[in-house]
Amino acid sequence: MKKLLSIFAILTLITSTLFACSSNNTASSTPATEAATEAAVDAVTEEGTEVANEPIAEAPKASGQVYYLNFKPEADEAWQSLAKSYTEETGVPVTVVTAASGNYETTLMSEMSKSSAPTLFQVNGPVGLANWVDVCYDLKDSAIYKELTSDSYALKNGNSVLGIAYVIESYGIIVNKTLLAKAGYSIDDIKSFADLQSIAEDITARSSELGFSAFTSAGLDGSSDWRFKTHLANLPIYFEYQNDGIEQSPAIKGTYLSNYKNIWDLYINNSTADPKLLSSKTGDDSRNEFLAKKAVFYQNGSWEYNSLHDGGFSDDELAMIPIYIGVGNEANQGLCTGTENYWCVNKDSKPEDIAATLDFMNWCVTSERGTLAMANAMGFVIPFKSAVASPNLFVRQDTEYTREGKTPVAWCFTTMPSEEWKNGVGQALTAYAADQTDDNWQGVVTAFVDGWKTEYDLAH
Amino acid sequence: MERSLRKYWPIFLLPTVIAFIIGFVVPFAEGLYLSFCQFTTVNNAKFIGIKNFIRAISDAQFGASFWFTLRFAICSVLSINIIAFIVALWLTKKFAGNNFLRAVFFMPNLIGGIVLGYIWQILINCVLSIVGKPLLALNSTAGFVGLIILMCWQQIGYMMIIYIAGLNSVPDSLIEASKIDGATNLQTLFKVKIPMVMPTITICMFLTLTNSFKLFDQNLALTGGDPNHQTEMLALNIYNTFYARAGAQWKGMGQAKAVIFFIIVILMSFAQLKLSRDSEIQQ
Repeated sequence: MKKLLSIFAILTLITSTLFACSSNNTASSTPATEAATEAAVDAVTEEGTEVANEPIAEAPKASGQVYYLNFKPEADEAWQSLAKSYTEETGVPVTVVTAASGNYETTLMSEMSKSSAPTLFQVNGPVGLANWVDVCYDLKDSAIYKELTSDSYALKNGNSVLGIAYVIESYGIIVNKTLLAKAGYSIDDIKSFADLQSIAEDITARSSELGFSAFTSAGLDGSSDWRFKTHLANLPIYFEYQNDGIEQSPAIKGTYLSNYKNIWDLYINNSTADPKLLSSKTGDDSRNEFLAKKAVFYQNGSWEYNSLHDGGFSDDELAMIPIYIGVGNEANQGLCTGTENYWCVNKDSKPEDIAATLDFMNWCVTSERGTLAMANAMGFVIPFKSAVASPNLFVRQDTEYTREGKTPVAWCFTTMPSEEWKNGVGQALTAYAADQTDDNWQGVVTAFVDGWKTEYDLAH
Repeated sequence: MERSLRKYWPIFLLPTVIAFIIGFVVPFAEGLYLSFCQFTTVNNAKFIGIKNFIRAISDAQFGASFWFTLRFAICSVLSINIIAFIVALWLTKKFAGNNFLRAVFFMPNLIGGIVLGYIWQILINCVLSIVGKPLLALNSTAGFVGLIILMCWQQIGYMMIIYIAGLNSVPDSLIEASKIDGATNLQTLFKVKIPMVMPTITICMFLTLTNSFKLFDQNLALTGGDPNHQTEMLALNIYNTFYARAGAQWKGMGQAKAVIFFIIVILMSFAQLKLSRDSEIQQ
């Protein structure tokens, strides 16, 4: 009898654990359905008031939910609060998760394998799209696609629209105008690479007397090396494409690599740091040097505006100038402007989640709250019809340059064959910085030219 | 009681078996299957036969990582075990503060690999910049030596504890007998102590060998494979193949590498276990 009892007890234990598991499952699914019904109810009740208050904004009717895997750590806070206000307004649950800097692809890959995969994610351009083309929903008929100011901001594959650019950014050399004036110059003196070089070298020559250097450290740590292996490398690629009249290439020739070398030499030999130590310098190091007013020039993009502004800089003290490398019509060169942020919708999500996601995207770029948040809190210029002007100084400057008739440099780095190629170039730049010999520069050329072909062939 | 145990053991085993199946057997089988597939996410795998394995084996970087790992494993197994054994010998002597010292030596083992990797990266880079040598990101020799120093620092304490336990279990009578027979300290060590702790040595060798082969965190944090993948060990190479590469063809290849890696580790450990078992003596 005792035995029987104990067996019975064990069986109950086991079955209860099993039940516990299954009841957990139902527990986790209940809030979702509740939220969905709530959302439906809210949508219905709010529709009337919505229309009355804000005739432009459409009241989303979807009952699904949105899971956005965000690429930009600096905009995480703003996205979280925007998602919250969307949920308050419509009742549709929006989860925003931000991947750590440099880990987007990795995070995306593991998140995509989950049963609750992101419904909204992003790719960085044609090369990034190749990896995810099978899971991208065709946005051809979506409302947001029709909101785009130009068709060139859509990422297409054949006839289908798989990605929508949601932010246009610019980068160049950020200048501390106060320090530049202390050195006896103004930004009007810099109109070409030769000007930049003579000013930078003059500052270096007097740096102990002035108390600051020309450039912030060109850090080659993983948190900073993209500024040079990707963004700076864009310039020789852009001019080569221009020269050859192409938009991408299976094999780069390296026509302007000597100019790339010149600007790289200028960066590393006129900076706050010993070139030998660059491999351990981080992106934060570089920003902090600029904030501490230890250097005049800092190569970075419009996304830095908020941190510089919060760091105590006023708009009068800052300016962004084009990165001159001594090629083409420099008098007519603008900032490097483009995008590597394309929204894609996961077509394997549930239909109601896809609908909710499309509504959310459209709301972000058309509603007052959404456009204001994107312009102010995130500092974005968005390529949509209802966009609000951004207070971001660098973005305004880009518009200014374009109005003056300068040609922005396109973001050709989205055609770079792979991350591996960028890493190869970064590694070679590090080696060259530590020991500036011709042999080591030849290493950069090899990584740039031969590496491009190798990686392109591997990917195609 | 014993009769009913014999009868109902499957019920007692059930929870563990279920956990084992969910946590190990299923993922392992799925991983094995995926190594024969082309896929971006695990849900859309397409069977393509042994192509992944051919690509994995013909990848020169994978071969280079294998040799680097092998060199690292040999150096670290030898240095960790020899130093840990010497420290254990020293700390089994009776003197004040020996318990404190045991704790001190054991401490590094409690810090996670990633943290240790970054701390040592800063330390080693400082030293390198003072002596005017290229930093870790450009210096594969320093990367290799750095990895060994790091692993020694982390593992010696742990192995030392196991060796101390082994040395303490050597019967005093044997040591006394050898003394009476006029054996020197060295003779006692090599003829009595070491043969008696052979089982402990087997365990420590097994642990350090598999640890060295499977090393990942420390490698990722300390060198990240720089320069140019020259200090990339097998596990990091697999990770990079799988995650750092965009495109469907790389995932399956990474998976195939992982299967090959698994087989290598299994073969190595069995060979090593067999070798050391053969030299163990029965009391």
